[in-house]
Formats: sequence, structure tokens, C-alpha cells
Amino acid sequence: MKGIIGKKIGMTSVFEANGKQVACTIIEAGPCVVTQKKTVETDGYESLQIAYGTRKEKNTPKALLNHFAKANTDAKSVVKEIRNCSIDKQVGETITCDIFAEGEKVSVIGTTKGKGFQGVVKRHGFAGVGEASHGQHDRQRAPGSIGGSSYPSRVFKNMRMAGQMGGDRVKVKALKVMKVFPEQNYIVVAGSVPGHNGSIVLIQK
Amino acid sequence: MEAAIAFIHEQLTTKKEVPAFKAGDNITVNYKIIEGTKERIQSFKGDVIKRQGTGATATFTVRKISDGVGVERLFPILSPNIESIVVNKRGRVRRAKLYYQRERFGKAARIKEKRMAVVAKK
Repeated sequence: MKGIIGKKIGMTSVFEANGKQVACTIIEAGPCVVTQKKTVETDGYESLQIAYGTRKEKNTPKALLNHFAKANTDAKSVVKEIRNCSIDKQVGETITCDIFAEGEKVSVIGTTKGKGFQGVVKRHGFAGVGEASHGQHDRQRAPGSIGGSSYPSRVFKNMRMAGQMGGDRVKVKALKVMKVFPEQNYIVVAGSVPGHNGSIVLIQK
Repeated sequence: MEAAIAFIHEQLTTKKEVPAFKAGDNITVNYKIIEGTKERIQSFKGDVIKRQGTGATATFTVRKISDGVGVERLFPILSPNIESIVVNKRGRVRRAKLYYQRERFGKAARIKEKRMAVVAKK
């Protein structure tokens, strides 16, 4: 496992050699600082803790500031861990986006755009119940039956209903890396990535 | 962020000379078609009914009447498969998007040609 924290910049498209147009997402990935190395002996599991972004010193908790000071770095805004990381870096060293190569398949983890409280048609793809005419009304976006009556006398767990949609952590797998710009810290991946522009994403392989 | 997208566009899209044309113009698009290993050029002649988008994602739509049936084709402006674009006629239109052409046929669908003063070459 290897990974880097980044920021979603936006989408564009790229023409392949055969003339095919591919929709792509630009991610500003890294540079990330290694802030801690966790091992089986001390923590019970192996992982690499990396930090990304900037934040003001006065807005950072002292505990975190001292934690960053151990890695000789200033205050960072995002800290994440990568389990069983294959990157061989020591505390204080930086990871840049050149850990990924062109053509590699990566997964990107992000938080989806919040959609608010949504009904079953938008949230679960239900088709609604009734027709528009023949004396029916107010049934076109209804969920329909949610189960039996006297048996089982309850609604089953995980019954798909209206509720909060979006704002979930989602991992999109097997996105092809189209291009890497190590100097500008840009990675271009084919396809879309969860979240709005400017949201924090984790690129993993 | 806009700067980043412009940078990626500059790096990954090959620059192309595209003649100036807009909605209402009659153009011929010479488009490369790859059949197996052979490559040939197909031309599509019709009226531009819209241009949309910016940068690498910009496209235009050409409409023509083929055997009495309206056919529309959408091309990415910077597509490497476009061999050339020839502007046949400039049209005099009052809109940027000519969707009203879809409801018209025959004489009503004609677009008036825009006549421009041409500076004579010495």
C-alpha cells in the first residue's frame, strides 16, 4: 500500500493517442510530510502517518504542534494514516506525487457532496408508486410499502427510506493515472472523484 | 484552480489552428475515421447550430439534412481526429444557439448569408 493526500482541483478532458476524449480529474497531491511511523511492537499495527496542507499556528492545538515539531515541520491541516505502507521514508521526510507512475490504477477516497434530506426516488433510485392521472395524486415520489403488518409487526433494519444523502466517505477504485507532474504536484486521473472542488482526497494504491 | 486547469490543458492538449466560425456558419468538417488498420477521411457538411464549452472540453454541433432526415453531429473542437475545418458560408443569425432549426425544414430552414466588405488585395 502506498498513498498520498491531495486536493481535488477540478475536471477537464484529455485526448488519447487514438483521438478518444477522456474525462479527467486534476488532483493537487502532496507534498506530504511523514509525521509518525507506527509499528507492531509499539502500536500493534504498521502504518505511516502523513500530513498535508497548511494551517495557522495559533489555530493548531499545542499537542499537535509538538507532534509536528518532532518531524521538524510547521502546522499542517490534514493528518492521515496509511496502513502497511510500502513507502520507505523516515519521520520528517516528504512524499511527493512521483510515487505514482503513468498508467497505474489507483483508488481515490473522498467525501461526497452533501445532498441534504432526500426522498427515495433520488436517494435509492425508486420509481415512485402511482400514475399521474386516473384519480391518483401525491403518489409519484412515494416509497410504497415498507413491509408486512401483523407479521413481523416491525420494519426491518436497513429498509431503504428517505434521509440524509451525500457527505459519505466513498472510495472509487481502479482510476487510471493519465499523467503526473511532479514539479507542480499534479496528478491527472481518468474519471471522476468524490467531493466538490477543493475537497481533501486520499490517493491510494 | 483555474490556473491549474489551464496548465493541464496546455500540457496535454496539442495546439491546433482552428478557423474562426460561429453558429449560423456553413462548414465542412473533415474527420478521420479508422477502420481496422486503414484510415480514411469523411466529410460532414452542414450548419453550425451551437458552440459550447471552454478549453479542452469545447465542442460544436453541426446539423444537416440527409435524405430528408435531420442529422446532428457533435465534435470536440480540439479533437486530433479532425483533419480540417472549412468554412463555406457565413450566416446572418441573431442567436448563439440555433435550436429553432430543429423545427424547421425546407425553405424555412435556410440561413441568410452574411455579406461582408472585402478589402481588395494589392
